[in-house]
Amino acid sequence: MTIQFGNPDRPNSYIGKTVPRPNAPRLAQGRGRFVDDVVLPRMAHVAFVRSPYAHARIGGIDAAAAKAAKGVLRVFTGADIAEVCTPWVAVLAHLKGLKSPPQHPLAIERATWVGEPVAAVVATSRAAAEEAAALVEVAYEALPVVTDMMSALDETTPVIHPDLGDNLAFRRLHEEGDVEGAFAGAHKVVSARFRTARHTGVTLEPRSILVDWNPAEGQMVAWHATQAPHMMQTVFAKHLDVPESRVRVICADVGGSYGIKVHVYPDEVATAAIAKIMGRPVKFVADRLESFTTDIHARDHVIDARLAVDETGKILAMDVDDWTAIGPYSVYPRTSAIEGNQVVNLCGGPYDFASYRARTTVVFQNKTPTCQYRAVGHPIAVAITEGLVDMAAAELGLDPIEIRRRNLYADDAYPVTSPAKMRFEGLSHHASLNKLLELMDYDALRADQAQARKRGVHRGIGIASFIELTNPSPFMYGIGGARISAQDGCTVRMDPDGSVVALSGVTEQGQGTEAMLAQIVAEGVGVSADKVRVVTGDTQVTPYGGGTWASRGAGIGGEAALQAARALRDAILEVAAAMLQSEPGRLDIRAGAVVDPETGEERLSLEELGRIVYFRGDTLPKGLPRELVQTRHFITSDYPFAFTNGVQASYLEVDVETGVVTLLKHWCVEDCGRIINPQLVDEQIRGGIVQGLGGALYEEIHYDEEGQLLNGSMADYLVPMAAEMPDMVVGHVETPTKESLLGAKGAGEAGTAGAPAAVMNAVNDALRPLGAQITEMPFTPERILRALGTIES
Amino acid sequence: MNEIVRDRIDVALTVNGEPVEARVPAGQHLIDFLRLELGLTGAHASCEHGVCGACTVRVNGDAVRGCLMLAAQADGAEVWTVEGLTDTGEIADLQEAFVARNALQCGFCTPGMLVAAQELLAREDAPSRAEIREHLSGNYCRCTGYEAIVDAVETVATARAGKGGA
Repeated sequence: MTIQFGNPDRPNSYIGKTVPRPNAPRLAQGRGRFVDDVVLPRMAHVAFVRSPYAHARIGGIDAAAAKAAKGVLRVFTGADIAEVCTPWVAVLAHLKGLKSPPQHPLAIERATWVGEPVAAVVATSRAAAEEAAALVEVAYEALPVVTDMMSALDETTPVIHPDLGDNLAFRRLHEEGDVEGAFAGAHKVVSARFRTARHTGVTLEPRSILVDWNPAEGQMVAWHATQAPHMMQTVFAKHLDVPESRVRVICADVGGSYGIKVHVYPDEVATAAIAKIMGRPVKFVADRLESFTTDIHARDHVIDARLAVDETGKILAMDVDDWTAIGPYSVYPRTSAIEGNQVVNLCGGPYDFASYRARTTVVFQNKTPTCQYRAVGHPIAVAITEGLVDMAAAELGLDPIEIRRRNLYADDAYPVTSPAKMRFEGLSHHASLNKLLELMDYDALRADQAQARKRGVHRGIGIASFIELTNPSPFMYGIGGARISAQDGCTVRMDPDGSVVALSGVTEQGQGTEAMLAQIVAEGVGVSADKVRVVTGDTQVTPYGGGTWASRGAGIGGEAALQAARALRDAILEVAAAMLQSEPGRLDIRAGAVVDPETGEERLSLEELGRIVYFRGDTLPKGLPRELVQTRHFITSDYPFAFTNGVQASYLEVDVETGVVTLLKHWCVEDCGRIINPQLVDEQIRGGIVQGLGGALYEEIHYDEEGQLLNGSMADYLVPMAAEMPDMVVGHVETPTKESLLGAKGAGEAGTAGAPAAVMNAVNDALRPLGAQITEMPFTPERILRALGTIES
Repeated sequence: MNEIVRDRIDVALTVNGEPVEARVPAGQHLIDFLRLELGLTGAHASCEHGVCGACTVRVNGDAVRGCLMLAAQADGAEVWTVEGLTDTGEIADLQEAFVARNALQCGFCTPGMLVAAQELLAREDAPSRAEIREHLSGNYCRCTGYEAIVDAVETVATARAGKGGA
């Protein structure tokens, strides 16, 4: 039996409706339970001594003064931790050639970036630990520093890890078709150098972990602000030599993650190691400077790219040379080569063309390690592609809409395989573009823009089509040897009162996972949504799964929940049929009661069924199955990824005197397949857009040549605030994936993927009459004034 | 000198309407005192340098950064946190509007955001969207993109005005 998704009047219809989030009132009343809110008896606090040098040999560590300080319990060096914790190497077998040195929780011989932990001080309070950490004397011998990515492979540049031979972490070249021939025969070739700045996530809740080792039970429990509790369970077990079954990771409320909290951090593993050594609970909560120097960074790319088109604007070929630097280590266990790899996979994604060459070069440097952050690689690939497409349109005198119409994959073309060898099951570029134009009233905006120009006001319209990778299969990490689950599971249980509990391996990070799961389970079983309680984020309780990454919660976790819910429904009906002397197929469950499907007449409430099964099972036929608990797991099988698509538009004003960009309005139409909760999807899109706008206009981590981070505070690293952000119009096209009954694809990255390109194209649309163009993000007033020639380059 | 700079200071204040007496470390911030000593974990410490607004609480009627004020400075003060404002029902309509509009995702910034929003609504009968955005521009939210928050605050402002003003 399938769900008639097209019928809004179907019984128990929750999938597709805006339903309040069950955990929102709790959070709005300040009753959340974040890691730092958890206090355990005998709990100690750890603070880390961090390298002030980007590259230095570590000599002696004198901890005498720290040990004598008030409240201090112990001080640990890298060698102390290494006794109980094995190092890790972050490579994946399918990323051929990727290399990285072994990494320890605390540096032992060398520190390789400013902020790398080199010692740990444990005290009775965080304040005492921090004060004592400042008393630890480390004898550093400064070593040559590598900061510039483009010269990292030069012969004269020092090699950061001599054992690896050079500073090349990974290189991949993908080539399809006759690229050189296409460029040689092209009507027009446009090219540019793009730059995307180093970003970091700035989660409001800093990275946090509290680990308790109970030697009497041989059990480790970690309250952890993480997106992937099962992955962390595996990591702690493997490197701290604890059986996996004796590690429990609990992530209750998590205060923002965006990919930042899906990685293995040395200081967090060190905290677990210290808890194991000391046999008591130890808490680590990063302070804000630590967040800036040790949360993963991302997006630090320089790209030379060109595009060949014929007389009609048809794209013939694309050629991309991407460079990125990842810091001194590839980050465990997802690796830091994925972002560059994604750039190769995603460039040109929306467009139907034949010849494609893309190379990514990933090098080591002495800065904070980079890794996956929301919409991994997408904003970079979309900016390159959409920037070049607009440049080609301008060269040919074509409207940006028209050149896209001539090149986007036709909506009836699917399935197709792109020149980057990505397989698209079903996308809706043209329908999405049409909807966008309707929402934004494109012609009226062009008229407004023309009027404004007459007044000397420079406004611009920017369009950006995009694809988004979601619902990843094991082809993302598993085939490379990483123990990162692409499958997910859900256990759905009916209790005696007729209420339902759903335990899921995907996690709640604020995006509304628990609301989404409650809706699916409510509809799948046939109860009202308030009768469903959802439990996530506890590895001892929930089915093994991947957690939150690559927008997989609804598509993978949601499908597992739907299948488990339908299985529970079937199990309930089997019992009900025996009680009512009927057939399961002649019964239905609606609003918490077994009913006659023809008349809707109630025959038995689930509460009564629960009473009999749990307390008077003697009255049921012998041997009747009465398993009111069902578990199902789901993994995609036909496609390595479920691609979604969409298109964004930005309308903005550039003050050519000051270089300041004012955002006027922003639009996004996206296709995430089946929408489970429209409001939650819209707000994922809006939140994502604003993170993308931050990348386009404000966010940039600065280092000096010595690898010193120059803007490690919220006062110095700018992010979008309420006053600068525009109102955003969000629209949808729904193309459900056929991979699942539910048909859901992800929506978490779309906003971030397309927003920077839309802003870039809008700024350049505004500047074009002035003969200026910018391609280096963020588009600060200074960069805009340089492009205008107001400031000398 | 040592007599002037004492390690610990006695304070007496009211928190959420209840009297509190404590001996606090001289350097302890108000937010740490509320969270660590009183177990009021609703307001959060995030940037710890007065920029993000997650620690915003009400002190003597003003929305104040809990990470920029010392606990010792709160001697004699009247302090309200999201827990107390929830109990009195003063911000119930704001909280309902935030939930209805999904004006929170991770919820970490929300207690501070609510205190800041309530300060605005207590002052302005009908703030414009621009005024709401301006007033909340000291409170970071990395999840929502702010629009839902602005919508929620605007809805409450309109509703309160309809009832004869705040």
